[in-house]
Amino acid sequence: MTGVEQSMLPAHWASSPLVANNASEADSVMATPFPFSAIVGQEDMKLALMIAAIDRSIGGVLVFGDRGTGKSTAIRALAALLPRMNAVAGCRYNCDPASGSAVCSDCKTARDKGPLKTRQIEVPVVDLPLGATEDRVVGTLDLERALSHGEKAFEPGLLARAHRGFLYIDEVNLLEDHLVDVLLDVAASGENVVEREGLSIRHPARFVLVGSGNPEEGELRPQLLDRFGLSVEVRTPGDLATRVDVVRRRDDFERDTAGFIAKWQKQEAKLRRRIVAGRARLASVNVADAALERAARLCIALGTDGLRGELTLIRAARAFAALEGDESVGDAHLRRIAAPALHHRLRRNPLDDAGSTVRVERAIAELFGP
Amino acid sequence: VSDRSADPTDTDAAWAAALFAVDPSGLGGVSLRAAFGPVRDGWLAGLRDLLPSEAAVRKLPLNVSEGRLLGGLDLTATLSAGRPVADRGFLAEADGGVILVAMAERLPVMIAAHLAAALDAKMIATERDGLSARLPARIGIVALDEGIAEDERPPAALLDRLAFHVELGAKATLDRSGARIDRLAIEGARTLLPKVRISEEILRTLCAAGLALGVDSIRGTQLAVQAARVAAALDGRHNVNEDDAALAAGLVLGPRATRIPAEAEEDAGDAEPQESPPPSDPAEPDDGKLDETEQPLLDRLPEDMVLAASAAAIPAGLLAQLKTRGTAAKQSRAAGRAGAFAQGSGRGRPAGIRSGMPGKGARLNLIETLRAAAPWQGVRRAAASSGERLSRATERCIDVRRDDWRVTRLKQRSESATIFVVDASGSSALHRLAEAKGAVELLLADCYVRRDRVALIAFRGKKAELLLPPTRSLVRAKRSLAGLPGGGGTPLAAAIDTAKDLADALRRKGQTPVIVLLTDGRANVTREGKGSRAEADAEALSSARQLRGLGLTTILVDTSPRASAAAERLAQECAAQYLALPQADAVSLSRSVQSATATARGAGSAQRRSVS
Repeated sequence: MTGVEQSMLPAHWASSPLVANNASEADSVMATPFPFSAIVGQEDMKLALMIAAIDRSIGGVLVFGDRGTGKSTAIRALAALLPRMNAVAGCRYNCDPASGSAVCSDCKTARDKGPLKTRQIEVPVVDLPLGATEDRVVGTLDLERALSHGEKAFEPGLLARAHRGFLYIDEVNLLEDHLVDVLLDVAASGENVVEREGLSIRHPARFVLVGSGNPEEGELRPQLLDRFGLSVEVRTPGDLATRVDVVRRRDDFERDTAGFIAKWQKQEAKLRRRIVAGRARLASVNVADAALERAARLCIALGTDGLRGELTLIRAARAFAALEGDESVGDAHLRRIAAPALHHRLRRNPLDDAGSTVRVERAIAELFGP
Repeated sequence: VSDRSADPTDTDAAWAAALFAVDPSGLGGVSLRAAFGPVRDGWLAGLRDLLPSEAAVRKLPLNVSEGRLLGGLDLTATLSAGRPVADRGFLAEADGGVILVAMAERLPVMIAAHLAAALDAKMIATERDGLSARLPARIGIVALDEGIAEDERPPAALLDRLAFHVELGAKATLDRSGARIDRLAIEGARTLLPKVRISEEILRTLCAAGLALGVDSIRGTQLAVQAARVAAALDGRHNVNEDDAALAAGLVLGPRATRIPAEAEEDAGDAEPQESPPPSDPAEPDDGKLDETEQPLLDRLPEDMVLAASAAAIPAGLLAQLKTRGTAAKQSRAAGRAGAFAQGSGRGRPAGIRSGMPGKGARLNLIETLRAAAPWQGVRRAAASSGERLSRATERCIDVRRDDWRVTRLKQRSESATIFVVDASGSSALHRLAEAKGAVELLLADCYVRRDRVALIAFRGKKAELLLPPTRSLVRAKRSLAGLPGGGGTPLAAAIDTAKDLADALRRKGQTPVIVLLTDGRANVTREGKGSRAEADAEALSSARQLRGLGLTTILVDTSPRASAAAERLAQECAAQYLALPQADAVSLSRSVQSATATARGAGSAQRRSVS
């Protein structure tokens, strides 16, 4: 019971707020995530998440689809899959020691004095739960110090915690409008600014936005939709064998969690190695002019607004090539990634009965041949 | 387990209570559709008898605030203690117990999302008022659904996670003799449950039954598997047998059925059953042949026992509806009333809190303002006392500054809802129907930026039907429209009546309905479904006059190739704006409607201002 009481305290009382969401801290309340590699089917969703893990600049993943398709399961599973990363020791924002500009003011000062100490941390995958208040998202006054000692100190919020990691919003279409505004602003600038009664804080907040939701509960604001690099639609599997697999694995997992995790450890390690190798290869993947032209043609044919679509398409294709171990981006990569990268950017044409994914596929078939 | 009585509902309800009592958080809960009264109270009392005495049963009021539900800063305690004191919140307090959700059919979609999140994670994540917490919340939910109309259901996101959907008739007597279960048996089953195994074969059977019944969400099947394991545990066995599976299928899968198994066989090869478009069969469906075809087909299926059990539990009404309405029934069930809940009840219910200045329609929220101010008290006092000495009186005051101000955001009452009433009869040319569909979709694309809603009523043959309840969702709109067939008679009076009722209901929720009637005005089917042109015309005109009585903005779009006198007359009778658009395409149609809607909204808000 004491454990429960304690966890109700502000996060930094129980443990460092920066790692409260990490599995390593063994927060007894957090449920063990289902292994990523054990998720049956849903290849588009898994691929999009892995691509975002390889190239963070792609700009987030949106998973939209039917109820009960394991959307949240996959995203929460990602945390356990990602390799650990370097961070400045003692930095409350987990600043990257290798980064030149995107560090907090503390690290800037410290760097002038000498080399920074580093430590290995897990990549944060932070949940932004529905009903979160704005002060907890952007950070606010440290309650304990303010109330007990009358001190003004900044308590970092979820955006700080998600820096260099992933920020996950389940039911993203139910998120309050003013929180969406905050997210859009911070995601665009990569920096969180808090100005309030003498508190003046700015710290880097670069995170990969991951959202999931069910389109039947309402649509997403176009500005927010555009901010996601990749968007995938998930559907309930309709064939018996897949469904049996899904139910069986879930049942196994719930009955013997430790045993299940152990059984899938090898697969998880394999997947992790692929991601690590993909990251290493990413910079050397060659994007030929021909591939750039192909991508541009596709975007023109589809009439996507702005350059963001084209840029995302190329980046995603490159990350996909890196993941596959290929040396250069070819038609096969563009084909595979075009729908997730583009279909949510199409101007809505309600008179066209075909879904946006179908329109992308049609355009591909016309340009690249069947 | 096998001695289920002839009247399935009563024993089903008792079985649901028994299984749920063994594993409340594993099974999610029960949606209990019953009117308030002794029958429901009896069921609840029975459930309480079965639950362990230490398990709390708490009632969640419909108007619970997000702050109370999730916890946050306890304002009074914080101010008096001078240090942050947390309010654990309703969900965390209910850990290990059961939550009764009163009037679940009116539950706001946001609250349902929180309940769903707690059911999924078995814990609650709170990031509020400067507090961050992860607390266990292993809860079971009993959703007390008092809905009467078909589409008055708890939010779909919640229903999907509750294993049992039980319907209690007003006269149902709860017969628990069939179950013969007491608290001792429940406790025994709880101990045994983790050891219960389920064979590949039975797992497969349940999955197949789920598919055959069109239970799209895989969660339904998962819950059925868990229910089968609980049933085995209750019977004191380590292995799930066919009886357990049959019981679970009947209780969990049956009420979720969206098609009868006979249909499932025909398109068993279909990889994505939820995508299969409804057959647009212009002929009137024949109710008579239903009973002849259903039974023999059931017997032929390999997993006949489990399937038969689930099919028997399909509500009788649903079966008929599925036959007559095709997938329309399925869609309205699957989508629940999410659209209607998303906007909350427009009647002044707070839609959220944000920081900002009161005024311009925003009301100061005193509690939230104090909560925001609380952490700063020490800091401000210290700053103030260093400057000047405080009198005793000011020292005890709470220092609130402009940054602390919180206002309650109320849903805009001027939200407009456009009700399209589309003539899909044979007399309206079919290409007109396509244009009407296009206009609805165009408007909707616009509406979702403007946060307006669109509803669709179609009429043809003998009746008018609400194809699309008020929604902003393009996805749902497209699906409903795609399935709209044309042909048959013109039951104009029935259509106007349906639109009138819907508009009235929307207005009661504080919205501004606008009716757009697309027809050629040539009625030929009466309200009773009789084919008589003269009578039908008279009825339509009288319905139109009643519509005028409501004083709504109405637009009549004449869809006949040349302007028709009948349509113009009808427009006059219901005081509608008449638009003859012989060459109209979807774009110009939607533009006309938009300008009219804007006028209506202006008029609506002016009217409200004068009232308040």
